[in-house]
Amino acid sequence: MAKRRAIEISAAVAEAAKLADVDVIAAYPITPQTHIVETLASFVADGEMDAEYMNVESEHSALSACVGASAAGARVLTSTNSQGLALMHEIMYIASACRLPIVMPVVNRAMSAPISIWCDHQDSLGERDTGWIQIYVENGQEAFDTTLQAFKIAENHKVLTPVMVCLDGFILSHLIEPIMILDKKEVGKFLSPVYKPKYTLHPDNPISIGLLGMPDYYFELRRQQVEALENAKEVILNVDKEYEKLFGRGYGLFSTHKIDDADVVFLTIGSMTGTARVAIDRLREQGKKVGVLKLRVFRPHPYKEIYEAVKHAKVFAVVDRNLEPGAYGGVVFGEVRSAFYDYDEKPKIINFIIGLGGRDITVKNFEEMADKALRVAETGKIERDVEYIALRE
Amino acid sequence: MSEKAFKSIKDLPKEEYFSHGHRACSGCGPALAARLITKAAGKKSVFTSVTGCLEVVSSPYPQTAWRLPWIHVAFENAASVASGIEAAYKALMRKGKMKKEQIDVVAIAGDGGTADIGLQALSGALERGHDFLYVCLDNEAYMNTGIQRSGSTPYGASTTTSPKGKVSIGNVTWKKDIPAIAAAHHIPYVATASVAYPIDLMNKVRKGLDVNGPAYLQCLTPCPPGWRFSSENTIHLARMAVLTGVWPLYEIVNGELTLTKKVSKRKPVKDYLKLQGRFRHLKDKDIDYIQKRVDEIAEKLGMGPVG
Repeated sequence: MAKRRAIEISAAVAEAAKLADVDVIAAYPITPQTHIVETLASFVADGEMDAEYMNVESEHSALSACVGASAAGARVLTSTNSQGLALMHEIMYIASACRLPIVMPVVNRAMSAPISIWCDHQDSLGERDTGWIQIYVENGQEAFDTTLQAFKIAENHKVLTPVMVCLDGFILSHLIEPIMILDKKEVGKFLSPVYKPKYTLHPDNPISIGLLGMPDYYFELRRQQVEALENAKEVILNVDKEYEKLFGRGYGLFSTHKIDDADVVFLTIGSMTGTARVAIDRLREQGKKVGVLKLRVFRPHPYKEIYEAVKHAKVFAVVDRNLEPGAYGGVVFGEVRSAFYDYDEKPKIINFIIGLGGRDITVKNFEEMADKALRVAETGKIERDVEYIALRE
Repeated sequence: MSEKAFKSIKDLPKEEYFSHGHRACSGCGPALAARLITKAAGKKSVFTSVTGCLEVVSSPYPQTAWRLPWIHVAFENAASVASGIEAAYKALMRKGKMKKEQIDVVAIAGDGGTADIGLQALSGALERGHDFLYVCLDNEAYMNTGIQRSGSTPYGASTTTSPKGKVSIGNVTWKKDIPAIAAAHHIPYVATASVAYPIDLMNKVRKGLDVNGPAYLQCLTPCPPGWRFSSENTIHLARMAVLTGVWPLYEIVNGELTLTKKVSKRKPVKDYLKLQGRFRHLKDKDIDYIQKRVDEIAEKLGMGPVG
């Protein structure tokens, strides 16, 4: 039976990996450090988990070892953040193109310089073109549940694509929350049938992986990854429904709060969503029609579903916790705006950039953003399409 | 440990695991080494190789020259990938998810992927103690991309990034001693080999695979276009490197070094250098300088004098 436990969210993610009976963990503990791999190391040391724990010498080797282990048929996991994720960048493309179902919890942290260990989303969003599935979680329960779901999504033969489970650094990773931790039997039921890799490196059936793609073939081979990500959308939803049926918790591609009659809808990612909900409930008491859409699955991007959900609003305010210097606004803003372009009926889309390098995002910040967005809703005029919030200029 | 698994050319396995039809140059040292190494490793083995000549000539999609399971990932990580494969088999067999049997894991990298960009991954894997064999096919520069110098390029060689010039003799650094670095990890087996001595090479592959833990083998594989010599001279040069003491053949078993090719009278290095375009610009004083260095190392290893 599942038990509610007060547990650090990093430890809960490690619990999920243990329950998923991961065979190989390759991890570099630093750049910067998280408790996820430390907890897993203690599980292995105590014999609670039967896995090969590889203390590799860098994140580049961590992901390289995961590629080798996954190709050999093991269920594998690594975890990293910011600088470490950037060091993996080269292998990120290879892991997804080799169609290896690796699961990687990413603790979201800012990129250096200046060096920072605090939260924002620049690290994982910087990997957005690498062909990985990216799911962002809001709280500890969702982090635990999503880590388990990630294996089932990644290993689906229509998908065979690695998954990043992204959780906000410190705000989530170091927070102790009451979390329902499933037991082995329950997880076994959810993750059945037992994982069977489609292809493995084995002498009984020699195959070659990672071949040279000449101009005659490269394009087609890469195109297959687009298809895998398209397939992933349905698989993510089905896995989520199955999970909800078994354990009563489902999350969808995104979730919404009070958007049906909203003039202004915020788009948020991760832990800031809870803050947004508090602000929205206060603003609603003042009669201000504001709601929020929390984007959970960023790759594959559910832009059509998002459009359907918010097309009635007057303003869609995308809150980006990232910086894309030289681009038109933040990462998510650019993608949403592009996806909405051809629709006649659509909200005005504005962008708030906030909370870089671990700067707190407060209820007050959301109230300020709501005021600005409501002004656009009233006047129909955008004065500033991209605005920085809580920043000394 | 299997002492001398292979005794003569006549009793080598007939099976070819590195297929003909690959696209290597004629006289390619690394392709010959790959053929011999896969033969020695045999049917129950898995290979990974880095980005480089061998990968390019053997795997243009949808073709492959590999008749054994093979994976190429990137340039600098053969050791990490191999250690991941080894760890996976270990876990899966222990957990009953896979039939228990000995599967040998071999990583192949060039000298650039070993001495330069892959050194960190190699050190990590050796330190962790994975049961695998790492083979460096040493052609002494980045040949796949057009003969750029690596840490394994010998002193005086002209390459495209260490060209001879009006004020330069070419590469001004001595070849990095990777076998010594590997041995410093106190792994059970380290050896050097040359494609001119195929039985020795194959026995060293077998030994490296049969020890319990990591093994490192560095094989000199002459490259006709990179070293600028005529392709029928590959074996001759690979032999001359040994007979001059430029590339001594030895193995280090549990820390103890033994010469596996004793040379009582070494040939002068000039006889080796003069056959190669990359050294053609060297003057007598440069060659004397190289000879002195080779003498020092050869004497330490117990090889005989030049004569």
